[in-house]
Amino acid sequence: MIQFEHVVKRYGKNTILHDLNFTIPDGQFVVLIGPSGCGKTTSLKMINRLIEPDEGRILIDGEDYAGKNPVNLRRHIGYVIQQIGLFPNMTVAQNISVVPRLLGQDKAACDKKVHELLEMVDLPYEQYAHKYPNELSGGQQQRIGVLRALAASPPIVLMDEPFGALDPMTREVLQDEVKRLQRKLHKTIVFVTHDMGEALKMADIIIFMNGGQIEQMAPPEKMLEAPASDLVRSFLGKHQLSDSNPLYVEDFMRTNPYTVDFHRGVLECAEKMARSGVDTLLVTDDDDHYLGTVSIRDIKLKGREAGSIEPLISTEVRTVCLGDDAQESVNYLLTSGESYVVVLRPDQTVAGIITKNSMAKVVANTLWGDDK
Amino acid sequence: MSDFFSMYGQMLIRSILIHLKYVLISVSAGFALGLGLGILLSRLPPKFSAVILPILSIFQTVPGIVFIGLLFLWIGMIPATAIIALSVYAMFPVLKNTYTGIEQVPAGYCEAAVGCGMTSMQVLVRVELPLAMPTIIGGLRMSTVYTISWAVLSSMIGLGGLGDFIYQGVSSNNNTLIIAGAIPAAVMAVLAGALIDRVQKKVVPRGLRKEAIR
Ligand SMILES: Nc1ncnc2c1ncn2[C@@H]1O[C@H](COP(=O)(O)OP(=O)(O)OP(=O)(O)O)[C@@H](O)[C@H]1O
Ligand SMILES: [Mg+2]
Repeated sequence: MIQFEHVVKRYGKNTILHDLNFTIPDGQFVVLIGPSGCGKTTSLKMINRLIEPDEGRILIDGEDYAGKNPVNLRRHIGYVIQQIGLFPNMTVAQNISVVPRLLGQDKAACDKKVHELLEMVDLPYEQYAHKYPNELSGGQQQRIGVLRALAASPPIVLMDEPFGALDPMTREVLQDEVKRLQRKLHKTIVFVTHDMGEALKMADIIIFMNGGQIEQMAPPEKMLEAPASDLVRSFLGKHQLSDSNPLYVEDFMRTNPYTVDFHRGVLECAEKMARSGVDTLLVTDDDDHYLGTVSIRDIKLKGREAGSIEPLISTEVRTVCLGDDAQESVNYLLTSGESYVVVLRPDQTVAGIITKNSMAKVVANTLWGDDK
Repeated sequence: MSDFFSMYGQMLIRSILIHLKYVLISVSAGFALGLGLGILLSRLPPKFSAVILPILSIFQTVPGIVFIGLLFLWIGMIPATAIIALSVYAMFPVLKNTYTGIEQVPAGYCEAAVGCGMTSMQVLVRVELPLAMPTIIGGLRMSTVYTISWAVLSSMIGLGGLGDFIYQGVSSNNNTLIIAGAIPAAVMAVLAGALIDRVQKKVVPRGLRKEAIR
């Protein structure tokens, strides 16, 4: 448990933190968020005493470490910072072992830990343990940064915008990984970000700070439901659920599905399926009008003698029109077991398809925001 | 040619050995001093280095011969005079590079190290010095190469070394003698440089090599 009691921090005349009070229970994923300069990093660094408060107390499991040597405390609190956290003069294994070594664990124990941790994030030991940070990608480096923070099994881990410098894809993967590790290992994590999508996705509790004070402290649901101020609301922005406007099929649709002209031969068609990794293609006529679908199964069954795909065209797949209410199609996909619905324009040309995948993406985006 | 060797061979070998001795002792002493003082300076508040470093660079511009001369008047004509003078000069590049090398370590690494629970000594030994190592060894290289040429000065106060040949050659207008002194010194400098480059490769981990600074 981490408790801030009347914490004040000043730099010269500027008061950076005003009487900060909050409690973080064990095992919670807490995200500090707020505008730049609001004091997130300062608050975080007070927990491992890289910064000392001017007034007030910070208790960790009920104990005030002020005035005591912080070295030991820090060895029991994991710490991940943005970008350059890994020591470039050490291999991956050495980096991960830093804190266990400081705690006096022997080489064998450290090595075992390195094995175990690398396995947890699917980086094979043989391949990665002896690489240097500059031989890894940004995402891999930050993974190792997280592992290093976990290596001595600290109950608390602090992370300051750990994924800020990563591309959106890698960030997403690492977010999932950290969330998974946190659940599995029951860590208390204090995580700083200025990305609301990230906060909503990761947090059990969000602490929204502004000007060195807490604007709102609430679980993501509650914050979405009842933002405490306009500032919080503007941060939530696009992440808020709007229940007013109905959704149309085009909202769930994936454009550019794989199509094929009905004159084409079966072999060519099969080849295109293999190349695109799909098992059916939409068949169109010379004017791009939708005719039906052709599946790899039908090609296999009777395709050889057919030569052209024309006789194999099936019209069983459900079609809908642009502007139709999405709910019916969504229900149909969820209940029928069919894998897609074709969306047509009014002139019967193909606009796109709705798949379970494209559906899930939209739902996820409305919940967590579509970050880039 | 063989005439030359039968006449001067013995003396040449002795001079090389003396020269080498001066260089080895003063570079070692200078390196230890420079490393120690450089680390010390990096521990002090920046206002100290802001004063000390410029003073050192002024001092460094005092011609070696002046300094050796002064020491000679003070201590006398013993090898210690040459060695002290050379050590002081050998110290400068190491001191400066140690200090700048440590200063150049990005603050993020030190913060990460402190955040991991390292004591300031551990941060120094495990993070700052290894990261500064390419620069420090660059300083060592410079100081070795310089010392090899500065050691020539010690013969000016009658302490021997390859300078004997050069000064004799100059005063008697004998080019062979000048070359006989200069070539071994040059070869020594090149070999020492190459040796230190090898050491550099050995002690600098792969992770730092791409960003190695001379
Ligand atoms: N060493 C310092 N000296 C003076 N002012 C400082 C110092 N460190 C931080 N500040 C000020 O304290 C305030 C809070 O800084 P902090 O780093 O905690 O902000 P933050 O919320 O983490 O912002 P960001 O999102 O930009 O990282 C800022 O206004 C900053 O300028
Ligand atoms: Mg910050």
